[in-house]
Amino acid sequence: MNEAFRRGVRLGIPYSLAGFLISLSFGALAVQSGFSPLQAIVMSAVVHAGSAQFAGLSIVAAGGGALPGILAGGLMNARFLAMGIALAPSLTAGPVVRGLQGQAIVDPSWALANRGDGTFDRWQLFGSTVPQYVGWFSGTVVGAAAGGVIGDTDRFGLDAIFPTFFLGLLIAELQDPRSRWVAAAGAAIALALVPFTPPGIPILVAAAAAVVGLRR
Amino acid sequence: MTIWLLIGGMALLTIAIKAAGPVLLGGRELPSWASGVVALMPPVLLAALVVTSVFSDGQRIGVDASVVGVAAGGLLLWRGRPLVLAVIAAAAVTALVRALA
Repeated sequence: MNEAFRRGVRLGIPYSLAGFLISLSFGALAVQSGFSPLQAIVMSAVVHAGSAQFAGLSIVAAGGGALPGILAGGLMNARFLAMGIALAPSLTAGPVVRGLQGQAIVDPSWALANRGDGTFDRWQLFGSTVPQYVGWFSGTVVGAAAGGVIGDTDRFGLDAIFPTFFLGLLIAELQDPRSRWVAAAGAAIALALVPFTPPGIPILVAAAAAVVGLRR
Repeated sequence: MTIWLLIGGMALLTIAIKAAGPVLLGGRELPSWASGVVALMPPVLLAALVVTSVFSDGQRIGVDASVVGVAAGGLLLWRGRPLVLAVIAAAAVTALVRALA
């Protein structure tokens, strides 16, 4: 195992603990919404994307059907398309291996592996996804098993964990004035679009602020 | 059955989304303007995720107890406290505000 991979594992552990709590509330909510515990656990194992899982769950629980649920999850995950494009030049293997390596993209790993000059430390990215996957999976197992007992997870304020988690990543990215400016612009664009577009789209459109930011 | 379709469909779609960039664009240099955009992408995407997860519920914009909790967590992060402490504080403050409201 190389040094960057080990550093990634170490950096991923705090995010893994926070992710454990988020997926615990996902597991509990899924079981309360009519998922079997097995379905909740399999979903976390094969999707591993919090915002998409919550979006798909809420649509199916409201009787919206599978296809709208899949599309809503896909829109939440559309940001991974931008992240994958950004990461691509830092991956040097053949196309099939690159496609597999792309599966390691989750928000914290991608943000932490970003060197700030447009390139990524790919081994660090792979490493930091490993503990996060374990945390995400095991949190769902606990939440799904205890879902009937836990009751409303909002009572414990667990819904505040998801934004705080991303705030932690964001603060680390705001070192220079230009980052702060584009972050503020991205936030404003995203909020302005919320009432008019399906969830997920505002985040993707906000990425356009990065292009505008470069022009300045 | 609907739930299994949701799980299978979302898994395949997520795999395709994550694979698209690396498969199609991998291993070649981006033009220099593009690496500039890439460098600015994390603050933008993360800021958009934070505000939409705090202030929106579906297509509605609103404020609830979690805003106070996230602000408390954010203050701790700003002062350099560990992430795990910040998320636990955010949850605890949110739970407290809800219990009092």
